[in-house]
Amino acid sequence: MNPLEILEKIKTKFPEAILEAKVEGVLEPFAKIKTEFIKDVCQFMRDEPELNFDYLMCLSGMDYGKGLLGVVYNLNSIKFKHKFTLKVEVSLDSPNVPSVESIWKTANWHEREAYDMFGINFIDHPDLRRMLLPEDWDGHPLRKDYQVQEFYHGMKVPY
Amino acid sequence: MNTIIETKQVRDLRTEEMVVQMGPQHPSTHGVLRLEVTTEGEVVKDVKPIIGYLHRCFEKHCEQMTNYQQVIPYVDRMDYVAAMSMEWSYVLGMERMLGIQVPERVEYIRVIMAELQRIASHIIAIGTYGLDLGAFTPFLYLFRDREMILDIFERTCGARLLYNYFWIGGLSHDIPPEFVDKVREFVKQFKNTIVEVNNLLSYNEIFIKRTANIGILPADVAINYATSGPVLRGSGVNWDLRRDDPYSIYDRFEWEVQVGKGEMGTVGDCWDRYMVRCREMEQSLKIIEQAVEQIPPGDVQSAIPKRIRPNPGDIYVRTEAPRGELGFYIVSDGTNSPYRVKGRSSCFVNLSVLPEISRGYMIADLIAILGSIDIVLGEIDR
Repeated sequence: MNPLEILEKIKTKFPEAILEAKVEGVLEPFAKIKTEFIKDVCQFMRDEPELNFDYLMCLSGMDYGKGLLGVVYNLNSIKFKHKFTLKVEVSLDSPNVPSVESIWKTANWHEREAYDMFGINFIDHPDLRRMLLPEDWDGHPLRKDYQVQEFYHGMKVPY
Repeated sequence: MNTIIETKQVRDLRTEEMVVQMGPQHPSTHGVLRLEVTTEGEVVKDVKPIIGYLHRCFEKHCEQMTNYQQVIPYVDRMDYVAAMSMEWSYVLGMERMLGIQVPERVEYIRVIMAELQRIASHIIAIGTYGLDLGAFTPFLYLFRDREMILDIFERTCGARLLYNYFWIGGLSHDIPPEFVDKVREFVKQFKNTIVEVNNLLSYNEIFIKRTANIGILPADVAINYATSGPVLRGSGVNWDLRRDDPYSIYDRFEWEVQVGKGEMGTVGDCWDRYMVRCREMEQSLKIIEQAVEQIPPGDVQSAIPKRIRPNPGDIYVRTEAPRGELGFYIVSDGTNSPYRVKGRSSCFVNLSVLPEISRGYMIADLIAILGSIDIVLGEIDR
């Protein structure tokens, strides 16, 4: 299926879910989904036989600046070899995104990493702990407004 | 023996679960990885991989660079035993973003380099896997031949491990005059080594006993966990990005995707994952043999852009690195340096399946399972 048909499929099933979509003139065709719909849309995209997005290639946290965080889902279908990208945006004040761990198990570690680096709170995630940084680290380093802590257990951090 | 086990005293012995920390300094974890293993006797009840000991915030570094070219040395240091393949993925993404078509000569050299790198990387995977399970000799034979690859790389770009060789739009150096002969020599030599290794290790009774029917990963679980590379193919999924998400010129060569067939046990066991790597080395040799005969003349630096400033936008690019799908999600805001680079590491994702496939096996099997996933902590922790 080409990206346009994929987008039409999502539009027919979830008419109110799409905030913005671009499938032509961009390198990665994408649809920006309302945060509360993301889990349903993902479930639909995996289970719908014609879409069959069984492979979550990548899940990235984003800081778009201006108080906006986001999550990007790069999906792929092993059977049909088509790809599509979903995006959600949340505000810095309440960065809550439903977890898709129950749909693709691989999202478990990716979401933990996004939580670690951006402080995005994935609702219903079974084990939301820091992935790469120590448990007692301050702040979320990949945020654009991140300030490095002076000391960590008596060790000077900025070099 | 039976009579002893049957006695009432033994039956009423109190058993309880114990948590064992394996690592971070443990020879068979292949780096600084800690496994929190919950055991009941010798049986593994659960495993929790704890990573991050080698974290150096690669993604933050990328955002601090003053231009896109500067990211490449950092990319090298992700998977430091397969740096060429790491570079290729990032460089390919930037070329697609900028709409650069690289010269034919560059494509051929890149394919040869990446396939040599795949062999060098699989040598480490197979060699150390033998070490983990008590076979020392194949490791020495394999590393002797790996030296030949590293020498070829050193003659070409001056470095043995971290090359900074693939540049956006081209290469840092052209190949030296003796390159083709050296590669031919290696191919000839390594064909014999593969036969030797198969005799010594792959079809060795003890090795098969340690790996067959251990750590079985069914295909649907492998896909749901988004594993890739030999781990996915070992489970019988016929999926290789060189063919299924084509890039560069792989369609010009004759080669086959290798999948696990469950010859020694069940599809998706440790032996299958191991054997996929062995057979992939043969396929890589095939590609190299064809490619070295066809290298066209040309300038390897003619397509390198003077100024790298992609239009605002994002791209997710992926290539088949030795350990699986290596992806980069690159976001540009139209300035000279990347707004965001996310490295989708193949080992990171492959390691996440470890708890799923090691429950119920013995602690000694856990070493075999971990080795069969073939992790490099530099790439996992980034």
